[in-house]
Amino acid sequence: MDTMADTRSIFAVNLAPAPVKVAARDVSVFYGEKQALHGVDLDIPANQVTALIGPSGCGKSTFLRCINRMNDTIPAARVSGAITLDDVDIYGPEIDVVELRARVGMVFQKPNPFPKSIFENVAYGPRIHGMARTRGDLESIVASSLRRAGLWNEVKDRLREPGTGLSGGQQQRLCIARAIATRPEVLLMDEPASALDPIATSVIEELIDELRTNYTIVIVTHSMQQAARVSQRTAFFHLGRLVEEGATADIFSNPREKQTEDYITGKIG
Amino acid sequence: MTPDVAEPAEVALRAPAEIAALRRRRYAAERRLRLAGIAAISLALGLLGLLVVTLVVGGWPAFTQTKVRVDFPVERALVDPADPAAGNFRKVVQLGVAGLFPEATTPQELRAAGKILTPGTQFLLRNAVIADPSLVGRTLTLKVPAADPYDQLAKGLVDRATPEDRRRLSDADIARFDRLVAEGRVSRPFNTALFVNPDSRFPETAGLAGAMVGSALALLVCFALSFPVGIATAIYLEEFARKNRTSDVIEVNINNLAAVPSIVFGLLGLAVFIQTFGLPRSAPLVGGMVLALMTLPTIIIVTRNALRAVPPSIREAGFGVGASRHQVVLHHVLPLALPGILTGTIIGLAQALGETAPLLLVGMNAFLTSTPGGLTEAATALPTQIFLWADSPERGFVSRTSAAILVLLGFLIVMNGVAVLLRRRLERTW
Repeated sequence: MDTMADTRSIFAVNLAPAPVKVAARDVSVFYGEKQALHGVDLDIPANQVTALIGPSGCGKSTFLRCINRMNDTIPAARVSGAITLDDVDIYGPEIDVVELRARVGMVFQKPNPFPKSIFENVAYGPRIHGMARTRGDLESIVASSLRRAGLWNEVKDRLREPGTGLSGGQQQRLCIARAIATRPEVLLMDEPASALDPIATSVIEELIDELRTNYTIVIVTHSMQQAARVSQRTAFFHLGRLVEEGATADIFSNPREKQTEDYITGKIG
Repeated sequence: MTPDVAEPAEVALRAPAEIAALRRRRYAAERRLRLAGIAAISLALGLLGLLVVTLVVGGWPAFTQTKVRVDFPVERALVDPADPAAGNFRKVVQLGVAGLFPEATTPQELRAAGKILTPGTQFLLRNAVIADPSLVGRTLTLKVPAADPYDQLAKGLVDRATPEDRRRLSDADIARFDRLVAEGRVSRPFNTALFVNPDSRFPETAGLAGAMVGSALALLVCFALSFPVGIATAIYLEEFARKNRTSDVIEVNINNLAAVPSIVFGLLGLAVFIQTFGLPRSAPLVGGMVLALMTLPTIIIVTRNALRAVPPSIREAGFGVGASRHQVVLHHVLPLALPGILTGTIIGLAQALGETAPLLLVGMNAFLTSTPGGLTEAATALPTQIFLWADSPERGFVSRTSAAILVLLGFLIVMNGVAVLLRRRLERTW
């Protein structure tokens, strides 16, 4: 697999310790009676891509959704422990969840653009947060977000057309543009390429690598190759527990835990 | 860890021929099910067809009205051009009838001849002269609706072979009418009175205008009350309320409310709206309020279903960019649910349009010869008008009842058509 060689070269320049952006301490999540996550401790470094891997139902998506408090929208979900963003507890009483979600953007598994125009999709976030003072400002936010998401050249002449008319890969990049339009610091991605074909997937992966310079990225993925290609750090979840976490190169070449090795070599999962 | 997949030796599998027979039986069962379905649909369509055909055949005659052309001498001695409303139009009608039958000299003969015209003729004349006072002193030629028995005769609904003493019209009556036909004075144009006149004791001048306006006013009240309240309730229950015992109780009761017989709502309207609140009886306001109570559960249920049908990914997308709950609902969920909500609402209103029992209890079945001018004036509605006409002894009302049912069905079809059209127009894919 030649991509492995690529990632190794990326790690070579990225091994310097980065400041911690998001820190989870003893995070447990309950859905009603069922405990989905057991005491997770994890540091997510700034301006790096952290991949969460593990078999289905292992709690990696649940953990991801704790970081922007999306679990709040599920009535039966309960979160214990602490998660800090820049050393501030995001579950603290002074945190406004609406503002938090502007700072921690999210991209979902299935591309889910609003059934509105491409422009409106990207403009929606800045508009509800009142970020732009004038129409011109709003337009420049939309343009720069679409540029950063690598979609500008494909859609600049049809901003008024519905976002749902784009191809799957374009829709997902539109969703990334929508997420970064609110100028977030952290970008959460829940299997962003699992519904896409290989070409669209590689476009998204390249985009993730570019976005890393501006954002801290946490990505949930089923594909270990993808984790190896795009991430600098990897955390392996199994049965609701964080089994192992470390630099991606170490996890894939030299896992400490037997479970991790079994998963990476395809024995469980 | 590999399970033992080897077949136990003693299992005797069915022979291929036996399995094939089983498969044939499966296909036969499928065919039977399909045939049963087709039979059921045919039966339903057949009955519906029978109903519509019966209504059309029965109601057809009511869409035309026999009219007699009469020349009325509006003499100055009888009508004062300065005050035409006070004129002696009965005498004018008598003169007109006498002109039709110069050979009739006795008062009895003239009176019998006068019965060819609707008893309302003098009012038709008066209205025409009030509208145009310059007619005084001239001869006014009017096409006057024939009275019901003659209308039936002209439409061939009276069997001339019946013995004279068992008919409403004597041989002399029929002879007089036949003479008018021979003179070319009798015509049968489209019955516009059915749509522009209010109710009347005489079938030939009775119309549905009052009932249609009454129904429209009641539906307006019903919509204005049930649409906002229903949608607000559904949004609260679906998007904001915590799921607990209280919300369960509310949910069960809304579903129960949808199953309450409509006459109970009528009683409630009578006891609460009329007795306690002192609102006027027979008013479209009260009728609409009662219908709103009935429509409310329907609207709540369809709205909740429409909200639930919006994919969760849209909500997540909204929450994901930091929209608050009300923004997610108002900006994303509600617009997507709107086609379903509107369709359900229109179907709920169509149901309310056809509802009779609660209107009977709040008095919207009064006999009224004027079109209601407002929400608090006495009015009837289409279904109660049908009820009234079906109860009337005059033969002309038989066909008019069917015609009124056809009009009501027409409105229902139009409303359901609008619902389908709206859904097609507004439905968006995502």
